[in-house]
Amino acid sequence: MALLPPLAPEKTIRIALIGNPNTGKTTLFNNLTGLRQRVGNYPGVTVAKKSGLLKLSHGNVELVDLPGAYSLSAASLDERIVVDALSGRVAGMETPDVVACVVDAANLLRNLFLASQAAELGIPMILILNQCDVARRKNIHIDEQLLSERLGVPVVKAVATRHEGTEEIIEAINSVLDRPRRMPVIQWPKSVNEATDLLRTAIRPELSEGLNNTELHRILFDADCAVLDRFGKDTEDIRLYVGQARGLIFKAGYNPMAAEALLQYEHLGRLIDGVITHPGTAKTSRTESIDQLMVHRGWGLAIFVGMMYLVFLSVYTWANPFMEAIQAGILWLQGITEPWFAATPMLQSLMVDGVIEGVGAFLGFLPQILILFFFIALLEDTGYMARAAFLMDKMFSWCGLNGKSFVPLLSSYACAVPGIMATRTIEDPKARLATILIAPFMSCSARLPVYVLLIGAFIEPIYGSFYASLALFLMHFVGLAVAIPTAFFLNKCVLRTRPQPFLLELPAYRVPRLRDVAWRMIQSGGEFIKRAGTIIFAITIIVWALLYFPRTPGVETETRRAFIVEQASVQNLNRENIAAELATPDSDLSQQLEDLVDSAYLEQSFMGRIGKTLQPVFAPAGFDWKITVGVLASFPAREVVISTLGVIYSLGGDVDEETGDLRQAVAKAKWTNGERKGSPVYTMPVVVGILIFFALCSQCGATLAIITKEAGFHWAVVSFSFMTSLAWLGAVLSYQIGIRLF
Amino acid sequence: MLNLSNLSIGSKARVKAIDAKKSVDQRLMVMGLLPGMDVKVVQVAPFGDPIAIEFQGRRVSLRRAEASGVILDLLA
Repeated sequence: MALLPPLAPEKTIRIALIGNPNTGKTTLFNNLTGLRQRVGNYPGVTVAKKSGLLKLSHGNVELVDLPGAYSLSAASLDERIVVDALSGRVAGMETPDVVACVVDAANLLRNLFLASQAAELGIPMILILNQCDVARRKNIHIDEQLLSERLGVPVVKAVATRHEGTEEIIEAINSVLDRPRRMPVIQWPKSVNEATDLLRTAIRPELSEGLNNTELHRILFDADCAVLDRFGKDTEDIRLYVGQARGLIFKAGYNPMAAEALLQYEHLGRLIDGVITHPGTAKTSRTESIDQLMVHRGWGLAIFVGMMYLVFLSVYTWANPFMEAIQAGILWLQGITEPWFAATPMLQSLMVDGVIEGVGAFLGFLPQILILFFFIALLEDTGYMARAAFLMDKMFSWCGLNGKSFVPLLSSYACAVPGIMATRTIEDPKARLATILIAPFMSCSARLPVYVLLIGAFIEPIYGSFYASLALFLMHFVGLAVAIPTAFFLNKCVLRTRPQPFLLELPAYRVPRLRDVAWRMIQSGGEFIKRAGTIIFAITIIVWALLYFPRTPGVETETRRAFIVEQASVQNLNRENIAAELATPDSDLSQQLEDLVDSAYLEQSFMGRIGKTLQPVFAPAGFDWKITVGVLASFPAREVVISTLGVIYSLGGDVDEETGDLRQAVAKAKWTNGERKGSPVYTMPVVVGILIFFALCSQCGATLAIITKEAGFHWAVVSFSFMTSLAWLGAVLSYQIGIRLF
Repeated sequence: MLNLSNLSIGSKARVKAIDAKKSVDQRLMVMGLLPGMDVKVVQVAPFGDPIAIEFQGRRVSLRRAEASGVILDLLA
């Protein structure tokens, strides 16, 4: 049999989609790729990488949606992605075969700036004139035939929101793949070319790895240049050459810092002269009239507060029925699975208390994520988000955040997971990271059960309902009070990267397309399940194992014996009668015994032992071993503390914070040994300490999973250690101060 | 010297020069704000900062401190 010739490795064709922000680039991307999309992260930065498959006559083509940018200049690592991707410097991504540049037809000249810069890379290009409907409404007419002649590349008219032009774009891509065409590049003055050559020879080749002209221009022209970051400690030497190179341009009579923009616009002005005709008389636009109200000093703020209240309320309340339905579904599933494994108690517990509980733990977050992203997509697509950031910026800028931090932080009051995912709207990477790190301090809804239990058990009976609700209200500000100084400290001492300007376009208001809004919502939900799900699931299983093992033999019979003896003496019956009653399933007595056995198993479990071992760590906060176990067991999800305490106090796992039994049990709990034997465990300083602890502690596997995904594992570790030590410190301080005052 | 950071709300001025030492100035130029063009402050945020400006039919928000590199001539 003849050997088949080896298959030539098929090269995937890559197309990069570039364009200014607010040009409808993402809508276009969705139209072109449909459901065949993949969202990932670029290595080392917090920028989402979106790519999708496009079916062409040339076979399958990968379309990469690069982040929106006005130009190729990059002040931060995240902004550098566009230059890096077009230069073929992103790991796993070669130089694209075609650049598809999306421009706003109503703003053609300024949108071509990016295209003209990209043209210098020598990659074949097509130009997509999007939002042609808006241009038409403004009476702007573009002669696309002439434009295509002048630019030497295919020009396609499109209205992405109405799916117009999609076929033509695919045709244009096919034609450029068949016959590569490039946009004419700017003819730089001699001094600029000399300066570029000076840099090329000055930067040692082993450092520059053959920097292309575009990258050299970035180093030459940009005031803050992230391309320089590549050189590490050699940056200072290179800056010296940059100074010399700029000197050459200066001597030729140009301001080196302003030269690029002036020369490019001159070039573009000549290039498209006569292409655009428009009346030139500007009448008050719709956007202008809406903005009179929306960003008004007084009314604008009132509308903003009202709108945010609505968003927050919806995330908080609309999600509830869905979350309850999911919980009910989980309970139902647990109910039907339980009998299947009746013969093997360990497997039963693993399935019911581990696997199903674990799946439920992260599915429970879905409704809030979907609702929040629905609103965020709506706010962004209408153009309002930029206005919200404009209104709020002053409140956040002093501690290193910016106006765009507001929505993620507010959302974190419902749940930090969607809140952290929402930080993607913040372009400034430093502000984004600071927002991610302080978001988990916001008092999320999962903290509520702990507050309700402790305030209901201790503050309400003593001080009345007024102070109880006041305490509940104040608890919602504990995290915020710590978060703001934290952000300030992070900004001043830890992140210390170059400050980013808050330069934000206020785009024209638009009616959003429901399809795009729904798409964003579904995508974020799917990503959460795919990426955070596995980590949350793993943490849940580990904690389950710590709570279940080792099943010390004899615990059950020992507890049973002690229970019978106790009951016999209490009820004045003989032990046989008690034993007979216990044989009846579902009797009060057998239920009591079952809860006692669970409690004894918990005390014997690894978690119980760890709790007892670690109790000295929490002793300065006045915690006994039971509280310690409650705290430890609730690291995957803080709301677990209620059911853990329920098991510890032998009430069974199905208690909730409103259950009178648990309130009474904690109110009556006494120290069983040591010098404080017989005195109540939950004194006021201890209660305050626990409240503070739960307000500040990082007890949420889902949050840590999402931080890992959005900012990297090391930031999740930082967040966990920082929040947990702060929580410990807060609890110890309030206890120690408390016992001295009362 | 009049610059964009102290132009009052509602008034219009012509850009005389942009010193472009800061990246924010360079970005403004890339977005189309060039010497010789008219610029107007259209809104001031509730706490006095940032400001919203308009040029060439484009609306952009920036902080006052970032606007000082744009030198202006007041139009009558």
